[in-house]
Amino acid sequence: MTVTDTCERVLLVQAEFDGELDAAQAANLQLHRAQCSVCQSAEQELTRARELLREIPYQTTPDAVRERVLAGLDAVRPKPDLSPARPRFSSRFYSWRHSTMGFALGSACAAALAFLVLSPAEQSLTEQVIAGHVRALQPGHLEDVLSTDQHTVKPWFDGRIDFAPPVKDLGSAGFPLKGGRLDYIDGRPVAALIYQRDKHVINLFVWPTTRDGLSAPEFAERNGYNVLHWVENNTDLWAVSDVAPDQLRKFVSNWQRSP
Amino acid sequence: MPTGDVLALSRKDSFEVVVLPHLDAAHNLARWLMRDAEAAEDVLQDAMVRALTYFPTFKGINSRGWLLQIVRNAAYGSMKVNRGIQMVPIAISEEDHSGTVADIPSADDDPEASLIKARDRCHVRQLISALPIELRETLVLRELEELSYKEIAEVTRTPIGTVMSRLWRARRRVTQMAAEQGWKG
Repeated sequence: MTVTDTCERVLLVQAEFDGELDAAQAANLQLHRAQCSVCQSAEQELTRARELLREIPYQTTPDAVRERVLAGLDAVRPKPDLSPARPRFSSRFYSWRHSTMGFALGSACAAALAFLVLSPAEQSLTEQVIAGHVRALQPGHLEDVLSTDQHTVKPWFDGRIDFAPPVKDLGSAGFPLKGGRLDYIDGRPVAALIYQRDKHVINLFVWPTTRDGLSAPEFAERNGYNVLHWVENNTDLWAVSDVAPDQLRKFVSNWQRSP
Repeated sequence: MPTGDVLALSRKDSFEVVVLPHLDAAHNLARWLMRDAEAAEDVLQDAMVRALTYFPTFKGINSRGWLLQIVRNAAYGSMKVNRGIQMVPIAISEEDHSGTVADIPSADDDPEASLIKARDRCHVRQLISALPIELRETLVLRELEELSYKEIAEVTRTPIGTVMSRLWRARRRVTQMAAEQGWKG
């Protein structure tokens, strides 16, 4: 059936069809439509159009296109600075360290992991590692080297970054190593180690720091992603995942215990 | 993903969180606007780089609409540059189903019915590809991206009244052509 005559309200019929009318407008239209054959057939035609259009496929991005697009984005991002003296990073680090020193004093008796208020500099790092984690979950972006063997993953980073990240297999604790990847955090290349917990992915971002010793892991949560950050032997470590916080803590304590 | 929460965080650092999840929407629009896979990829690439560049100045809350607007601008820009080349409607072949979701008939469909469905899908695709661009983009944004009239008006920089009449014309054309050809759909 097609609409031969015209009625000025067919666009209102369409608006109702598209859920754009409020209840009062819809009720008004209802009264009119009961007596208007043009509007009645307009509605049939709209239903028919939607039936036909339901058949057309949504054109998701093919993996190859996605990869090329992401590579194109990487190419226009600011290049990471590989020189050891990086004033921007050091000043960030300095302010971050100050904010945590107060925390260390105050929390001497509070041994439990604190939901501490992160300084702006660290907040941005937290967001960056989450963004890195989310991006890694896009198809084809999780790992550059796919191996469950730490002796394969560790040498893979040789020559790709200016430090040798610690790589541990935690398979016996239920966190098998899946592979490694190069990522960029805070404008520098970092190592990302990929672990699995059941169906969840845990990304562990690793980069060197001037801070020595072992710090208590600090917890943060953003948009359903959990982050634990700690420092160990001049290495900054950030574990990011959508696993429950206690699982992530378990992962970190296993990592710290593992030789 | 709760866009509002994300935007409360530092925008510059979270392009991946705010914009990248809409890559499929961007690709879908580019693909329907350009009709040719290669041209669509160029537009998508161009649009994503523009989005990354403009991202620090993005102040809205509707990041998908914002990205689709950039895709549309990139597509129109590309058509302007390549006028006479890209504007020629390109017939979509039966084989050209790369990157589509609904290609594989489900196991519980009967084979003949899914064959007919696949053929009709192809016909409807051709039909939409043949629509003038202003009708095509409005229809795709409404039926595939499920944007509201207001959002479509913003993406296409068109008054809402015009959006409504374009949508009506696009849908009528689809049903009329289908009726003429006796498609089942």
